[in-house]
Amino acid sequence: MTTPAPKRPRVTRRRFLKASAVGGGALALAFVVGPMVGRYRRRRDMRATAEATGEFHPNAWLVIHPDNRIVFTLDRVEMGQGTMTSHPMLIAEELEVDPTVIEVELAVADRRYDHPEFGLQITGGSSSVRTSWGVLRHAGAVAREMLRTAAAEVWEVPLSECLATNGTIEHVPSGRTQTYGALTRQAAEQPIPEPELKPAEEHTVIGTAMDRVDAPMKVDGSGVFGIDVVRPGLLNAVLIRPPVQDARVASFDVGEAKSRPGVRDVVRMPGGVAVVADRYWQARAAVADVTVEWEGGRTTLDTGIMSEELRRLTAEPGKTVREDGDVDGVLAAASGDYLESAYDLPHLAHAPMEPQNSTAHVEGDRCEVWAPTQAPGVAREEIAAMLGLARDHVVVHTTLLGGGFGRRLVADYALEAAQLSKLIAAPVKITWSREDDMCHSMYRPQVRHLLRAVLDPAGTPVAWQHRIAAPSLLEAIVPSWLPAMTPDGTPGAMNRGLSNVAGGVFRGDWIADPTSTEGASDTPYAIPNLRVELARHDPGVPVGFWRSVGHSHTAFAVESFIDELAVAAGRDPFAFRRALLHDAPRNLGVLKAAAAAAGWGEPLPAGRFRGIAQHFSFESYVSQVVELSVEAQRVRVHRVVCAVDCGRVINPDIVRAQMESGIVFGLGAALKQRISYAGGHVEQSNFHDFEMLRMNEMPTIEVVIVPSTADPTGVGEPGVPPIAPAVANAIAAATGRRIRTLPIEPSLVA
Amino acid sequence: MATTFRLNDQPITLEDDAGGETPLLWAIREIAGLTGTKFGCGRSLCGACTVHLDGRAIRSCVTPLRSVRGRSVHTVESLSPDRSHPLQRAWLAENVPQCGYCQSGQLMSAAALLARNASPTDAEIDIAMTGNICRCGTYQRIRRAIHRAAADLREGRS
Ligand code: FES
Ligand code: FES
Repeated sequence: MTTPAPKRPRVTRRRFLKASAVGGGALALAFVVGPMVGRYRRRRDMRATAEATGEFHPNAWLVIHPDNRIVFTLDRVEMGQGTMTSHPMLIAEELEVDPTVIEVELAVADRRYDHPEFGLQITGGSSSVRTSWGVLRHAGAVAREMLRTAAAEVWEVPLSECLATNGTIEHVPSGRTQTYGALTRQAAEQPIPEPELKPAEEHTVIGTAMDRVDAPMKVDGSGVFGIDVVRPGLLNAVLIRPPVQDARVASFDVGEAKSRPGVRDVVRMPGGVAVVADRYWQARAAVADVTVEWEGGRTTLDTGIMSEELRRLTAEPGKTVREDGDVDGVLAAASGDYLESAYDLPHLAHAPMEPQNSTAHVEGDRCEVWAPTQAPGVAREEIAAMLGLARDHVVVHTTLLGGGFGRRLVADYALEAAQLSKLIAAPVKITWSREDDMCHSMYRPQVRHLLRAVLDPAGTPVAWQHRIAAPSLLEAIVPSWLPAMTPDGTPGAMNRGLSNVAGGVFRGDWIADPTSTEGASDTPYAIPNLRVELARHDPGVPVGFWRSVGHSHTAFAVESFIDELAVAAGRDPFAFRRALLHDAPRNLGVLKAAAAAAGWGEPLPAGRFRGIAQHFSFESYVSQVVELSVEAQRVRVHRVVCAVDCGRVINPDIVRAQMESGIVFGLGAALKQRISYAGGHVEQSNFHDFEMLRMNEMPTIEVVIVPSTADPTGVGEPGVPPIAPAVANAIAAATGRRIRTLPIEPSLVA
Repeated sequence: MATTFRLNDQPITLEDDAGGETPLLWAIREIAGLTGTKFGCGRSLCGACTVHLDGRAIRSCVTPLRSVRGRSVHTVESLSPDRSHPLQRAWLAENVPQCGYCQSGQLMSAAALLARNASPTDAEIDIAMTGNICRCGTYQRIRRAIHRAAADLREGRS
């Protein structure tokens, strides 16, 4: 048996573009575009702004007004994850101002706000703090230095005697002070410096639990979500959507709909038939009068058939994405003495609390859009391409988002509003029903995992084979994103060509989609012979990024199977993991922290059992210990202890809130949720058959933040992956029955 | 058809061309123009649309406008003019909201609970709040905030 040094190809989403570029030469073109262009303004432009308005506007994010107002343009959306709070904190730290005085505005779609790694303007991948950590501190420091040099120039004193504190520059020897607002004109004249950033020990803002900036407008009803947008002359529409995936309108009969009060029009448009009225409820009520005949569509979509196909795919070898040592040799030598388990996970909807919606106004060769979207850059590009408008003639305003969870990384709702506005030549909002949202999503795919392992006589795993059958998410997403990544002015034909190539890269199986294997191919467990394979499944269901993406299923498989091995080896599941994590100090760190805080190994009240899991995702490490009881086939989760290592913490309360949020999100999925197809239609429609965790099922959650001096990493998603396996592992401890299918149906429990 | 009732303590007459069948939710949002009350499911399943009808928490998405004639409706906008309601202050102190979309409904359910029960137990909070979904999972903070507001009220810090 060979024991080579473990290879750990860590392909995360932020690296997927580079990975893709290696495989698809044409893709590379899109990534050479410097997304940073225009973020720092030229001196000439700064001077012109200062002369015109007195404002100091040094970069894409910051404007300091002569009346001392500081306005920060947030280039990531706020969907609950806390960017409106964390990002001003980053600026404030270096700008030397009280973060609570900063006014936050939400950026419109603009290339200056492209995500520095994805190369287009989106908010996702739990990357907002990680990728803004350096950029925004730098932006704040540049502005501060320009204000200092301005003061030194005005006072004719050495720069070193000028101190920036709390929105003023002080000349220390003389005690003279000037507010930032009084220095804006002079600051705009200064050369752009290369400032030093403060060492962490000097941080006074970063690391504090500043209250959420967006909370006040969310407790008095004043916050404006997409659904709340009002415009002069705004019409309201609903879209009658196909009952079967991809069916088209054959014909429709408006019946009495148009004679109903308020109803303006009933029109066919891409995706269905729109009923347009003055008000939403008038349009919704008129739907009952419209009869639509549908044709075509994927009537064969059926969850049972998909399950069969996934079983067939995992019965054969897939494409190898990681190979260490000689798995086949060890398996053959074991002559049947190996463990094998398969895990099945269903399609899942994001079901954000705010149903999809968007407002659009097309006027001549211009279009203005208001949307609760994670992807303003994509919305702008898709609308421009579809309506044949110049990119800079499409203005996309982002509102507050009533949840995102990945669903709003696709901009279908914005595109349809723009299409309808053009069609009816009026400003219009399309509001989806909950049923629309549930049945017309881009789902977390249905996935199957097959794992095999061989234990040596001491009970240590020596071989691990992990086969995954899953659809490609990047095949679905990248083609729609690519045109938003190319330089302005790229011909449409080239964008379409690039999209085709990008889709083909994954369709043709040139590259194994890293978002299908993340969390499995980079398993931290030290097992000398290890192979991970991927088989591409393509059932024709629209799929997309769902909070924690591939990790939402790989963690369940890996952390359940490791637990099964521990049980088979007769070892404690915590100790078993600990022994295999000797090369993974930060995984080990959270594992130990969670176990310690949960009192792992200590006696529990009668009827209560524990389960543990750990997982690395979005550059962060999370371990969770669940305490539950099983009564009359009902799983009751009482307590979850969660340890997280996400590097340096900007705002510990937001880290805790995101862990709580991820745990509830993952628990709902594990215990209740499943989207299924029959005859081409989605069988669920609303919260009665796609159920959410509710207050009466809420466990106590305790979050332990493991101190770290590493750069900050994600928190929006990493709380999700460990919870399902931790629950399943606790159920196995309670009942002896192993959960290998999600959601956890009562019949699986007892 | 015109329906006259009291909305946030002001008499109001809303003209509904759907014969009074328009759900109170949409009448409040689109005719009265108060958008703090949210649409989440339209089927009394999520609680995002919770308002008070004569002091009781109801789901406005399934309440026809005509049924509130002569009665008193309160929305989140009426809790206080300046976010000083004990629940609003507790919500801010506990940093409850994430995306915030469910929070108007959560607050209105909690306000109805506190108005009739100054010291709710966890079990009573479960009963009062289980009809309100929070997809962002803020339940633990909501529970803490209700206890905090109740304590403030009892100690006269309102
Ligand atoms: S919108 Fe009324 S309960 Fe959901
Ligand atoms: S805060 Fe987002 S749904 Fe409750």
